[in-house]
Amino acid sequence: MPVTLTSPHTTGAQTVGRVMAWVLAALIPGAVVLIASFSWGYGINLVLAIATALLAEALMLKLRGRPVGFFLKDLSAVVTAALLALALPPLAPWWLTVLGVLVAIVFTKHLFGGLGHNPFNPAMVAYALLLVSFPMLMTTRWANPDLSLSIVETLGIIFSGVQPIDGVTGATPLDVYKTDVDRLVAAEILQSPVFGNFVAKGWDIANLAFLFGGVFLLYKRIITWHIPVSLLAGLGLMALLFSWDADLRTPLSLHLLGGATMLAAFFIATDPVSAATSNKGKLVYGFGIGVLIYLIRTWGNYPDAVAFAVLLMNFTAPFIDHYTRPRVYGQSKAVKGFKHDG
Amino acid sequence: MNASALIKTVPAHRFHGGVHPPEHKVESSETPIEAMPLPSLLILPLAMHTGIPADPVVKPGKSVCKGEMLAEAVGGISASVHAPTSGRVVAIEDRVIPHESGLKVPCILIEADGEDAWRSRHAWPDWQQRPMDELLSRLRNNGVVGLGGAGFPTDVKYRNKHKPIHTLLINAAECEPYITADDRLMRERAEEILKGAQVALHLLGAETLLLGIEDNKPQALAAIKQAAELLHQPLQVCVVPTKYPSGGERQLIELTTGQEVPAGGLPSDLGLVCQNPGTLAQIYRAVVKDEPLISRITTLTGGAIERPGNYEILIGTPIETVLNHVGAHLKQADRVIMGGPMMGFALPSIDAPLIKTTNCLLVPTRKELPRPMPDNPCIRCGHCEQVCPAGLLPQQLLWAAKHRDLESAQLHSIDACIECGACAWVCPSQIPLVQYYRYAKGEIRQENEEYIKAERARARFEARQARLEKEKQEKEARRKARAEAAAKAQAKKKAEGAGDTAQDDAIKDALARAQAKKQGKTDTANETSLADLEKALELAASKVKKANERLVAAEQDAPDMANALRKAVTKLEEKHQQAQKALDEARNKEPSA
Repeated sequence: MPVTLTSPHTTGAQTVGRVMAWVLAALIPGAVVLIASFSWGYGINLVLAIATALLAEALMLKLRGRPVGFFLKDLSAVVTAALLALALPPLAPWWLTVLGVLVAIVFTKHLFGGLGHNPFNPAMVAYALLLVSFPMLMTTRWANPDLSLSIVETLGIIFSGVQPIDGVTGATPLDVYKTDVDRLVAAEILQSPVFGNFVAKGWDIANLAFLFGGVFLLYKRIITWHIPVSLLAGLGLMALLFSWDADLRTPLSLHLLGGATMLAAFFIATDPVSAATSNKGKLVYGFGIGVLIYLIRTWGNYPDAVAFAVLLMNFTAPFIDHYTRPRVYGQSKAVKGFKHDG
Repeated sequence: MNASALIKTVPAHRFHGGVHPPEHKVESSETPIEAMPLPSLLILPLAMHTGIPADPVVKPGKSVCKGEMLAEAVGGISASVHAPTSGRVVAIEDRVIPHESGLKVPCILIEADGEDAWRSRHAWPDWQQRPMDELLSRLRNNGVVGLGGAGFPTDVKYRNKHKPIHTLLINAAECEPYITADDRLMRERAEEILKGAQVALHLLGAETLLLGIEDNKPQALAAIKQAAELLHQPLQVCVVPTKYPSGGERQLIELTTGQEVPAGGLPSDLGLVCQNPGTLAQIYRAVVKDEPLISRITTLTGGAIERPGNYEILIGTPIETVLNHVGAHLKQADRVIMGGPMMGFALPSIDAPLIKTTNCLLVPTRKELPRPMPDNPCIRCGHCEQVCPAGLLPQQLLWAAKHRDLESAQLHSIDACIECGACAWVCPSQIPLVQYYRYAKGEIRQENEEYIKAERARARFEARQARLEKEKQEKEARRKARAEAAAKAQAKKKAEGAGDTAQDDAIKDALARAQAKKQGKTDTANETSLADLEKALELAASKVKKANERLVAAEQDAPDMANALRKAVTKLEEKHQQAQKALDEARNKEPSA
């Protein structure tokens, strides 16, 4: 009889693979809306990114002498690839996506020790690197929701390397508003077809779909409410404080539904590996991301800011953890900081 | 009698976290308690409890009656051991006991004679008229310990009165999956439990009797309520939702009172004493009926057992005999667990006997409780944090333990971990978290002990150095004094040779004698006080030593007591240092006197 078996002798049914599978499932509504609104580019990118990620993951596991099948099963590489594919412009050339995935899986994840050991969000490191290295491609290859491209046309743009004709691609609504607000008033800016009838054509529905997926994750208890709620609160508060005049700055509605906000709030910022730990810490962390998103979108050089905001807060996560430990049962107050005083 | 006047329902509070593992209660809870037949051989370990092992009072070959004392409690925290049936002591030897270590420890072996003849018992129907001391020694002499799991000697709980106790809390939550021993006991022997509670209330001087019970035991609750009516015993009932680990002492206190036991403290700090139903029934049997703790109700369950249920089994019955009786298919199982699946441990051998703390023997099939899967890395998902009843950050503790960063582990309050296993239960990476925490706790304990030892050695060394230095100086001073005296004498002789008057000499001699006498007197006075001080120092040292021994024992067996003892040791050490100082000062004065 083996004596190495110790309590607890039983565990629940949850596995990392299942957690990741639920995250992927929750991404589906948003992905479907994006594909429907902005061409098959998102779908093609998803396939391309996931295939690259699995290959890169397998190769790195092999090189690191880890069991390949065991770790591929955890689906974490698939989630990283999916998040990146949904964040990249849908009509970007294929190599941009492949390069991004390699940066995420090889450099950001495995060179730091693999699953659970990366201090930074892999998808966001890749995104930031691509944005800094290829600013043109990353800002102009967004699809025009008013033009419907066939799957063959989309494949052609992604793989052939030829410049897409005018009108097929363009900037995002956040970009357009930011550029135009310097010389136009809100009513004039909103004349642009990118905004459509609601908030931002295609984007608004996609954001609502990601919100729906996020609420589903909350319901399944895969994530807690702390990061999404505090992130949206941080962004919302800043927008209320500084964007009350839509003639001056991008309005709240566009901040919430115009960019990658909901994807960030429920799927990217909630990556547990690189986030703060305790519930209190998560509130600080999420709020910080929300504030930074607003700051960078408004006063920075980039139209959207999720990647930089998340990465900056990744830096602070260990520090936040030290000052946001919860109060333990029986203690009069929480132990904070780096020293134990009794 | 009006029901509502006697029985009051109090609302349940909440505790942080908790999990809902499959309950598996009905397998064993629906059949009445059945007595197990008398075994031919009984193995009685001297240590079935927390604390110092009992001291044998019988020799091999001696015939004993049922209930006769075999080994008596020694020291403050200890429990005596009794013969579960009549027979003959065949040996006192090392046998394997139900402990994770699989170590063999001294046990008394009894060969049953089949008579099952009782020793004389002196029932006390008038126990209320007896002095407290007598009631308490009945608990001690009848070997009563907590039957919930830790086996803490019960009499100690009632002796230790550093704070007034107002409430006796019956811990009837029984939150561990599979276990139904308390449930069955409450359904069948509710009166015994409440009579025991009356004794306990009397001993504590407490006025409130509070029952904390999970909502999955309605029949047990009904039985207790009925018994309370019958006995006219006022009772507060707090029905708590079924959630593991609501039966953890600290969690149940939080659930029923909304208060938290302070860190490093005991429930008595809140004026509470917690006792499980089985122990209360045993208190009644021991104090009122003069029956020692020689049998207990144990749940025998799991998919590999043919006839699961609750059985009344003699303490000391070999577990193999027990399992055979209920038809256990050991080939289907890869472990026999003592306790439940969440906090129980796999028995190193089924040769071990059933002991006072065996509340459950679980023999699961391999499919029922599969072996652990290889674990994934921690992804810090934080599910563990959401379920930790102590409010810890298990994911951070894992990092600390994995990297043997003991300081960080303490910073994250690892000492507050109750090892309930809720974190490991929800962990999607299947990490055996509790094992890591046990490792870190063990390392911290060892490091603390080493630190204390090193500190003591340093203090001893410094004291010795100081003493040697002082002795050297004293020697030097005496040598100087002698040399001076000799020089004076020499000079005197020379002067005598030069021809001083004899009369002068006589006066001088007399003066010198008087001086010497005076000096001698003060010397002796000084010596006596020195001797006294030395004695005091010795006494203090031995006190420190004894306290330390007790502390070491307590750290192993009763971590709850350890803190109090540690404080006591520090105090005694201070006293010891004061004595040393006083002695040193006295010695310093000596040469000048």
